[in-house]
Amino acid sequence: MASARETLLDPLVNNNPIALQVLGICSALAVTTKMEVAVVMSVAVTAVLILSNLSISLIRNWIPSNIRIIVQLTIIASLVIVTDQILKAYFYDIARQMTVFIGLIITNCIIMGRAEAFAMQNGPGASVVDAIGNGLGYSLILMIVGFIRELFGSGRVFGVPVLVTVSDGGWYVPNGLMVLSPGAFFIIGMLIWGLRTWKRDQMEAD
Amino acid sequence: MLEHYLGLFLTAAFIENLALAFFLGMCSFLAVSKKVDTAVGLGSAVVFVLAITVPMNNFIYNYLLRQGALGWISDSLGGENLTFLGYLAYIGTIAAMVQIVEMALDRYFPALHASLGIFLPLIAVNCAILGASLFMVERDYTFGESVVYGLGAGFGWALAIVALASIRERMRYSNVPDGLRGLGMAFILTGLLAIGFMAFGGIQL
Repeated sequence: MASARETLLDPLVNNNPIALQVLGICSALAVTTKMEVAVVMSVAVTAVLILSNLSISLIRNWIPSNIRIIVQLTIIASLVIVTDQILKAYFYDIARQMTVFIGLIITNCIIMGRAEAFAMQNGPGASVVDAIGNGLGYSLILMIVGFIRELFGSGRVFGVPVLVTVSDGGWYVPNGLMVLSPGAFFIIGMLIWGLRTWKRDQMEAD
Repeated sequence: MLEHYLGLFLTAAFIENLALAFFLGMCSFLAVSKKVDTAVGLGSAVVFVLAITVPMNNFIYNYLLRQGALGWISDSLGGENLTFLGYLAYIGTIAAMVQIVEMALDRYFPALHASLGIFLPLIAVNCAILGASLFMVERDYTFGESVVYGLGAGFGWALAIVALASIRERMRYSNVPDGLRGLGMAFILTGLLAIGFMAFGGIQL
């Protein structure tokens, strides 16, 4: 049994959900063209993750193991419906930009993965700590990717112009690749390269 | 009419490729693309499940969930709007359909079940499947269109994963920098594939 501190901090760098566990990549790539959307997505995923880990961990001893996937999916889908309604009510513009990706939190592998790998075996307290840790690890990557893509793709950070683009009379020619989908793949690939050069034990053998 | 369906199929498969343009189903896309055999297995399972679940969810959306959809039961229910239950209904349908498909394959096509078997349960939580259903609802496809869209989207996804797996098998002979091996290189390759698929972007059908 790892200590609470390890459970919380491990997913940030040593066992990052995106870079090492290969979980939740879809949304990490899709919603990171702007920092603002990335922040909302991180908060939404972390909130759903904490609540789903908590509720699954609370009822883990009553879930029959052969239907556990359906039970987990039902809990997660209900939480996502609530999140979706809240976002539509208070952050309508951002919710519109995220289109189907709010609904896709349901199938975000981080949430299912942590429910299956951690919440089914551990108590509610530890599960919440694990959820916060993994949520932060996910948010960290989203923030980094979102920052790079928005800064170099449109010269802005949180919508505030930092590098004044040529079209606004400045000097910076935006790198269109960053806004497009291939740019996201390259950035995450490079991030993983950097991380694995720093933490050499994460390298793959083949 | 036929042209419309053909155009929809090609758009779904190439221009709006689920994996490369919308990043859907990335978890299994990257995890199961180490060998061509397994990629073909997962790819065909995805085509199969998409072709069934997208029309199923179209049916559920049009006859149970949308504004006024319950009118066929009685007039008093005509004003109900149950779209907020959408996610729960779609994921439930997908999980149930995957289970049914698995049992049916096991009973009637044991050989196919043996090759697809391990991938089917994985598919219930593949975001490409749910994503296709959500796109179908957002774009308000008719039943016929949803069948074609499901097939096309599945075909595009399968094509992308087989292409990536073929490249990754070849990468074994290349000298990739240590830190980039495996996952990192898979991302770069997917990015290059995505650039390739963007070439279809300007085509109007």
